[in-house]
Amino acid sequence: MGNLPAPIRVLLMLLVPALLVPLFPEIAYPVFVMKVLCYALFALAFNLLIGFTGLVSFGHAAFFGWSGYTTGILMIKLSGYGFPVELAILAGMLVATAIGWLIGTLAIRRTGIYFSMITLALSQIAYFLAVQIKWTGGEDGMQGIPRGKLLGLIDLSVDNHMYYFTLAVFVAGFLAIHRIVHSPFGQSLKALRDNAPRAVSLGYDTDRCKLYAFMLSAAFTGLAGSMKTLVLQLSALNDVMLTTSTETLLMTLLGGLGTSWGPVVGAALVVSLQNYLAALGGVVTIITGLTFIVCVSFFRRGMVGEWEAWRRRRNSQPNPSGKAHNASLKKPTTPLTATRTPT
Amino acid sequence: MFDIPMQSLMAQLLVGLINGCFYAVLSMGLAIIFGLLNIINFAHGAQFMVAAFLAWIGFTQLPLLLGPEFKLNFWVALVLAPLIVGALGVLLEKTLLKRLYHLDHLYGLLLTFGVALVLEGIFRHFYGISGASYDPPALLQGGIDLGFMFMPIYRGFVVIASLLICAVTWYLFEKTKLGALLRAGTENPKLLQAFGVNIPLMITLTYGFGVALAGLAGVLAAPIMQITPLMGANLLNIVFAVVVIGGLGSIMGAILTGLALGLLEGLTKVFYAEASTVVVFVIMAIVLLARPAGMFGKEK
Repeated sequence: MGNLPAPIRVLLMLLVPALLVPLFPEIAYPVFVMKVLCYALFALAFNLLIGFTGLVSFGHAAFFGWSGYTTGILMIKLSGYGFPVELAILAGMLVATAIGWLIGTLAIRRTGIYFSMITLALSQIAYFLAVQIKWTGGEDGMQGIPRGKLLGLIDLSVDNHMYYFTLAVFVAGFLAIHRIVHSPFGQSLKALRDNAPRAVSLGYDTDRCKLYAFMLSAAFTGLAGSMKTLVLQLSALNDVMLTTSTETLLMTLLGGLGTSWGPVVGAALVVSLQNYLAALGGVVTIITGLTFIVCVSFFRRGMVGEWEAWRRRRNSQPNPSGKAHNASLKKPTTPLTATRTPT
Repeated sequence: MFDIPMQSLMAQLLVGLINGCFYAVLSMGLAIIFGLLNIINFAHGAQFMVAAFLAWIGFTQLPLLLGPEFKLNFWVALVLAPLIVGALGVLLEKTLLKRLYHLDHLYGLLLTFGVALVLEGIFRHFYGISGASYDPPALLQGGIDLGFMFMPIYRGFVVIASLLICAVTWYLFEKTKLGALLRAGTENPKLLQAFGVNIPLMITLTYGFGVALAGLAGVLAAPIMQITPLMGANLLNIVFAVVVIGGLGSIMGAILTGLALGLLEGLTKVFYAEASTVVVFVIMAIVLLARPAGMFGKEK
């Protein structure tokens, strides 16, 4: 276990309590943990783009919502005829990837803030379609979506079965994203993020790299959306709305852009916060906004990022003097700092 | 499909023109702020909304709280609300925004987005989401028959006022000494600072001015639109598409694109109403395919 990378070690350690959750529903209600896992996967997929490629998308709700609708409609219409739930999830991912291709192709034509504005504008089309098209249920959404049977054998309508399935999907998604980030492709994404002109001069096809990263992010977001639809057995208009995109942005920012576990920590925090504050209406929006302001102004590395930076400082400086402390604080280690291209 | 009565065509074109005026004023403010600060002001819509609410509060709520002599009419609001919103903008720039200039501009985007959420949340908490309405001032009520259509006076006033605001701002930036300094600051702030120009002050005031423009548009919109906490956010989504199409490089570009897209939206409403909400986004997609840098764009 010693020579495994740190994020994988954390995953193995957390797996033990995660496996025990269904035994102690009074401590952690399984459906709640499943919801956290789905949003954590969503935030991880989002982080693949913002943290490792430096692209801020405001359109991820389109992938999340439409994969949910796809899985939902397939399960509602066809699960009675024995349509496998695995295929419904896969279809959701495919739809999300296809939308990712469409939005990505247009958005990567511009950089920086224009990219963000384009994703925002195009996701509005996805939202209007969800309102207009009949079978999405419009304002009402879809309810009572059957969960089906895994491999035709395991009945997922039992919460504990669904829990282990969701956990397995989350672990697989986490490992896959970890693998992508640390692959040669992932390295070229980071090169692109930190110094785009140099990446171009080294011969990287930056547009293609960006598009692939965008589509991969969309695909994992789609996986998260499909799983969320199965877990909660509903798909709502809310999932396609801008608020869903910005929630994920908040999770990632709060946990730490470009860190392996940051998005998961952020998702756990935000989903729990919403659980407790749901009744407060406008106050949730105020708290969300304040969190954005505080994160951006005072701790841009996010919780996990700050923790990692603190550990690095402690390890490199056996007895930290005030001077060294200040020097390391000034060092820009946030993933986005370097992406401003000289004009 | 094409035998649309003149009356309804003209009415929709007028609605489109008014929307276009708001797009123009808002995207002009965004362009001015982006030019000097290099951030996209996500709080623009919320600041627009706050000004509309301030006008409404001054007219209906303040008299209830403090007595009838504190009733602030439309004309007072038209001056006061942009000033208040602009001052809040200056405060925001002084305390939070200016700490982010050395970072990637996406942090400015995230910060102003947080500010937008806080403002929307505050007004949602106190006034709910159902919205309030505000009557146009007595002087501008009623309408005139233009022969081919009936023109409510207030709507005509909004069009003229917005065009005037655009023209004055354009003149200020393109034809005056101050404007020359601002444009120089956009091109090369360091060099300008070496000439002894107080760049930080200029940046602060520019942000305040851009925000005040949003405020002015907000007060103008109060008697036309339903005043809700999300009125600005909904508008801003479209304004972003306008900005992508027109580019943030020129003030005239922002004005022309805003007006043109408003009219186009109005036309779409006549021929195929369902598409009118997305037509701007579709045009944006087409422009991106044909001219990736935008209509007036120089990529920054």
